Amino acid sequence: MEVIIALAIGVMAGAGVWLLLRPRTFQVLIGLSLLSYAINLFIFSVGSLSVNEEPIVRPGLAPTLADYTDPLPQSLVLTAIVIGFATTALFLVVLLALRGLSGGDHVDGREGQP
Amino acid sequence: MMQWSDHLVVGPVLLPLATAALMLLLSEGRRSFKALLNVLSTTLGLAMAVALLLRVQADGPAAFGIYLPGNWAVPYGIVLVADRLSALMAVLTGSVALAALLFALARWQRAGVYFHALFQLQLMGLYGAFLTADLFNLFVFFEVLLAASYGLLLHGGGLERVRAGLHYIAINLVASLLFLIGVAVLYGVTGTLNMADIAHKLTLVPVSDRGLLHAGAAILAIAFLAKAALWPLNFWLPPAYAAASAPAAAVFAILTKVGVYAVLRLWTLCFPAEAGISAGFGDRVLVWGGIATLAYGAIGMMASQQLARLAGYSVIASSGTLIAAIGFDAPTLSAAALYYLASSTLAACALFLLVELLERSREVEMAPPELDDGNDRLPAFIDTEPPAHVNLDEDEVVLIGRVIPAALAFLGVAFALCAMVVSGLPPLAGFVAKLGMLSALLERPGPAAWTLFTLLLVSGLAATTALLRVGVRHFWTAQDRVAPRLRVAETLPIAGLLAATVALVLQADAVLAYTRATADALHDPARYMQAVMSARPLPQPTLGVMP
Repeated sequence: MEVIIALAIGVMAGAGVWLLLRPRTFQVLIGLSLLSYAINLFIFSVGSLSVNEEPIVRPGLAPTLADYTDPLPQSLVLTAIVIGFATTALFLVVLLALRGLSGGDHVDGREGQP
Repeated sequence: MMQWSDHLVVGPVLLPLATAALMLLLSEGRRSFKALLNVLSTTLGLAMAVALLLRVQADGPAAFGIYLPGNWAVPYGIVLVADRLSALMAVLTGSVALAALLFALARWQRAGVYFHALFQLQLMGLYGAFLTADLFNLFVFFEVLLAASYGLLLHGGGLERVRAGLHYIAINLVASLLFLIGVAVLYGVTGTLNMADIAHKLTLVPVSDRGLLHAGAAILAIAFLAKAALWPLNFWLPPAYAAASAPAAAVFAILTKVGVYAVLRLWTLCFPAEAGISAGFGDRVLVWGGIATLAYGAIGMMASQQLARLAGYSVIASSGTLIAAIGFDAPTLSAAALYYLASSTLAACALFLLVELLERSREVEMAPPELDDGNDRLPAFIDTEPPAHVNLDEDEVVLIGRVIPAALAFLGVAFALCAMVVSGLPPLAGFVAKLGMLSALLERPGPAAWTLFTLLLVSGLAATTALLRVGVRHFWTAQDRVAPRLRVAETLPIAGLLAATVALVLQADAVLAYTRATADALHDPARYMQAVMSARPLPQPTLGVMP
């Protein structure tokens, strides 16, 4: 499972960085989204990966990390998702405003010299 | 039992939040009411920050105002801590904000919607970032202040602002993602997010995990240093600050200091001299990075053609000075650097406000000439001899007895004072700060200290030259220029900020004693850790039985 998660994070981060360096605003937006997905998964993984384990203490189950998963990264991811979503939406608005004002979708608002 | 005054720590965060929420409920038409509300709330926020500053001046455990917002035991819940550094930054935030707001009331508040609400949210993010003692909470407040700053940067609209805003947002989003990676790695290594607890657990980290720890700390530092505009992470700053409207740019004068604050706080807490093999991790990067930033800022000031970009480069130069000074990890140097932080923030804020007024007077100059009245005589030889022994202007007219318009006189004096503080000329606050740093650097041998020593002097010369050139262009070559129209609301905040820098000199003894105590506390992180870790939640209230 660790390998799959690591591969998923790596592929998304790589694709995100590549898109981030592209000259079109929409590509930059998708790149930022992919990067934030990769980082959300990464935050998940720092709290040790486990399947089918409770984050909240249940009666009758000894409260050790062998029986439970770490709840804190999950709450961090939740916060990071909300904040990332809001800032992505804001970026989208600025992207549209730039497109409306400059008539193109280049990140500098004008096409570079060929 | 908690006193009312114990809630003072959370006040500067809650007040702007409540004000912003109230403003969102009011319609855009009630602008004057919103403006009044904004002024009241900002003034009250500044008053609370000053009250905090007075409170933390005590010695011993009373120097830390600790507040548990959720009443959870310390390493588990979020903690707010007001110590000397936080209180100093909060007071600076309040002062800068009040000046920018008063300036905005004259014109800029009408340039777009939601200005007042965004302004309050910006303040909430700033106060929160300075007061929190939890790493993830710091991330949240960073996002709040950045999201508000995106809105303020775009205030007024126009292609130039939107283009600079897009770059600014993209770069800050990437920096925030790096912030998250750093927080996640540190959490993975130490298992906690409380700053004091992280510092406490760092000594227990096994050698096999040290690499991961250092990588996490370095990634986190990159996020902070990008916000503090360290070279080469600072190419976004001059265009963004030049494009922003004057009050927004004036508030942004403190935004780079948030990055500096975060580095100062976490680096002194986590990697002090007694941290074993991690002691002073990354100090060379801070010192040399700061030196490179200072050089870059000085060259940029010399090279810029626009006054707004010059002001942006002066912000970069002051960031570089601060980061290099912090990196030496010496209390005397940090104390002088904190004094410099206060004076340079106030001066940068005043400079950004002045830029707008100076540009306005240039626009008057560049206004289309009046219609030709057919009376364009050929230039004739001057047939009357000018009187001897008096100064003449270019048209050979006697200069005596000509009145300088009050507005131009104000701008000239304000600009001169501002330039003196920015470039560190005596007798104003910039000089006291630089003198303190120079004398502290003399005690430290080594090439880095000598490089910074030289560069502090050279950058002062560069700043003087660049600002003098602007001054000559704006004030001495102004023939027949129509004096700009200034409103009292626009001159008052500039006068107030400059008076604050003068007060910093007049009270230099007290302020330097304060920053010295701040630096001593920062370089003895055990006090901070002890104070935070010994905070206890209040007992649960017992439900009274109804009689």
